[in-house]
Amino acid sequence: MSTLDSIAGQAPRTDAKPRGRIPDRGEGRIAGFLKSWEAILIVLFLAIFTANSLASPYFLDVWNLSDATFNFTEKAIVALALAFVILSGEIDISVAGTIALASTVMGATAAAGFPTPVVALAGLGVGAACGALNGALVTVLGLPSIVATIGTMSLFRGLAYAILGDGAYTAYPDGFAYFGQGYVWAWLSFEFVAFLAFAAVAGVVLHATTVGRAVRACGHNPLAARFSGLKVGRIKFRLFVVTGLAASLASVMLTSRLGSTRPSIAQGWELEIITMVVLGGVSINGGSGGIPGVVLAAFVMGLVTFGLGLLNVPGIIMSIFIGLMLIAVIALPVLIRRATILLRGTGR
Amino acid sequence: MGNLLRARETLLLAAGILLLALIALRAPGFVRPGNLAAIFTDSAILIILALGQAAVILTRSIDLSVAANLAFTGMAVAMLNAAHPGVPVALLLLAAAGIGAALGAINGFLVWRLSLPPIVVTLGTLTIYRGLAFVLSGGAWVNTFQMSESFLAFPRAVILGLPVLAWLAVAAIAAAAVVFGRTPIGRAFYATGGNPVAAAYAGIDTGRTVFLAFCFSGFLAGLCGYLWVSRFAVAYVDIASGFELDVIAACVIGGLSIAGGIGSVAGVVLGSLFLGIIKNALPIVGVSPFWQMAISGAVIIAAVTLNTRAERSRGRVILRRVEAGARA
Repeated sequence: MSTLDSIAGQAPRTDAKPRGRIPDRGEGRIAGFLKSWEAILIVLFLAIFTANSLASPYFLDVWNLSDATFNFTEKAIVALALAFVILSGEIDISVAGTIALASTVMGATAAAGFPTPVVALAGLGVGAACGALNGALVTVLGLPSIVATIGTMSLFRGLAYAILGDGAYTAYPDGFAYFGQGYVWAWLSFEFVAFLAFAAVAGVVLHATTVGRAVRACGHNPLAARFSGLKVGRIKFRLFVVTGLAASLASVMLTSRLGSTRPSIAQGWELEIITMVVLGGVSINGGSGGIPGVVLAAFVMGLVTFGLGLLNVPGIIMSIFIGLMLIAVIALPVLIRRATILLRGTGR
Repeated sequence: MGNLLRARETLLLAAGILLLALIALRAPGFVRPGNLAAIFTDSAILIILALGQAAVILTRSIDLSVAANLAFTGMAVAMLNAAHPGVPVALLLLAAAGIGAALGAINGFLVWRLSLPPIVVTLGTLTIYRGLAFVLSGGAWVNTFQMSESFLAFPRAVILGLPVLAWLAVAAIAAAAVVFGRTPIGRAFYATGGNPVAAAYAGIDTGRTVFLAFCFSGFLAGLCGYLWVSRFAVAYVDIASGFELDVIAACVIGGLSIAGGIGSVAGVVLGSLFLGIIKNALPIVGVSPFWQMAISGAVIIAAVTLNTRAERSRGRVILRRVEAGARA
C-alpha cells in the first residue's frame, strides 16, 4: 500500500459524509456543527436530569449527586486524554489493561511496605511505560493502533493476572485512601475536583494552543500535517504516553476508592471510555471534536447510570441505554441532515 | 502479490509447526494426531467466527459485536430448547443462523444506510445485544439438565473420526474459500476494502457489500451461538465475553490487513489455529494459565509487527517518517 493509498485508507467509503472530510470549509462550519452537537448533549443532559428528579425522590440530594460523580470521574479522566488520541486519528483500547497493571504494581509496592507517595508514583510510572510502549508500537513500528492496542490490552491485563493469579492486594498504606475517598471541601470530592481541573487543562490545550491545533491536524490529514512541519510521530507518541498516564491516574483513584486490587479491575472499561469520547462528539476518524462535548458526555453517562441505579435498574440494562444513546447520538446529525435536505427539496 | 501472500501463509504455517515442535520436545503426546484433532475441534468456533470477521475486515470495517451476538443467539436457542424440547436441532440451527444474521444486518444497515463508522456502531450494538441477552433471560442460566439430549449431542456426534463441530468448521472454511475466492461478492469484499472509490467506479455497490459482509459475520456468529452453548452445555449472559478481541486477533495474526482488502481464508484459519495451539499448549508445558492472556497479547503484537513489516515493504517509501505517522 503506497503512502497515498494509506491516507486514502483513512477516508471513509465513497457514500459516507463524515464530519472530518470538509477541512476546506474553515473553522466556522465545524465550530457551528460542534455547537449543535453540544446542544444535543445539553438537551439530553437536562432531559435525563429532569427525568431522574421526577423518577426518584432521592436524586436531588447534594450528597447523592456527589456520590454520583464517582461513577464516572475516573473513566472521564481517561476519556479526556483518549479524546486527544482519537482526535489525532489513532485509538487506544488498552486503557483498562493499563489501569489493571498499574493497580497491580501499586498493590505489590504497597505490600512491600512502601509509603503512599511511592505507591502512587509506581502506578503512574507503569502507566507512562504502558503508554510509551503503545506509542512506540504505533509510531516507531508503524502498527495500526487498533490492533497494537488490542495486543497490549491482553498483554497488560495478562501481566496483572500473571502477577496476581487468583489473589488480591488489599493492604494499602495510610493516606492512600484520600485519592479515591477524600473530600476537598464538604461534599466536593478530590476525584471530582481533579476531573474538573484536568478538563479545564485539556480544554485550554486543545482549543487555545498550537499543540491542540497540531493534534487536530494529525487527525485530519497526517500527510499534510507532516508536510507542514509537524512531527506527527512524536506528537502521537506523546499522546499515547499522556493517555497511559491518565489511565494510571484513574487507576490510583479507583484502587484507592476500592481499597483492593484484583486482575479483573476495570474490566470492560475501555469500551465505556471510548463510548464517552465518541458520545462527546469526537469523530472516530480523527480531526474533529472538542473537550466540552467529552465533559458533557461524561456527565450524561454518569447521570444515566446513577439515575437508573436509583431506580434499581441492573447495570447490564444501563449498558443497553448507553449503547442506544451512542448510536442515536451519532445517527441523529445524519438523520437531521437528511431531513433538511428532504425538506428543502434540493441537495445541500 | 499472490506470491507474497503465499509466502506469508507459509511463514505462518512454518511458525505453527515450529511451535508444535517446541511443545513436542516438552510433551511428545501433544502432537499425536488425536490431540491435534482435539485442538482443531477446540478452535472450531474461533475459526468460524474469524471467517465471518474476515469478510467484514476485508471491506475495511470491523465487527466488535460478534461475541455479544453469539451470547444473545446462544441464550435464545437454549431457552427455546428448554421451553420446547421437541423442536428439532435442524430448526434450532436455522433459528440461530437467522437471529444471528438479523443482528448482523442491523449493524450492516446502520453502517450502510446511515454512513456511521463501523467501530462505533458495533461498539454500541455490542453492549445492546449482550444487554438484550440479559433482558431475554432475566439473568437466569440455562443449565445442562434443561437442554434436550439431541441439543447437546449434535456437535459431539462423531463422523469419520471427527465431531460434527469440527466438520462444521471444515464446511465453513470451504464455504469461505469459495465465497471469497470464486464469487462476485467475494471479489467485491476485496475491492471495497482495497480501494472503495475505485470499487464504486467499477460498478460495485460498496455500501451493500459492507452490509452483506456484516450479515455474513452475524450469520456465522449466530451459528456459533448454538455451537458454543451446546459445547459448553450452559447458557448465561456473559458467555464468550471479550471473545470478539480473540476473533480479531486471529484474523490479524492470519495476515488480514485491518485497513481492508488484504488477506486470505488460509491465513485466517492458520491464525485461529495458532491461537488455539497456544491456548492448549500452555497448561501442558507447565505454564500457569494465568500467563495465557499476557502471552496471547505478546503473540498478537509480534504477529502484527511481522505482518505490517511485510505489507510496508511493498510500497515505495517517499518520506519514511510520514509513512510511520500516516498509518492509522
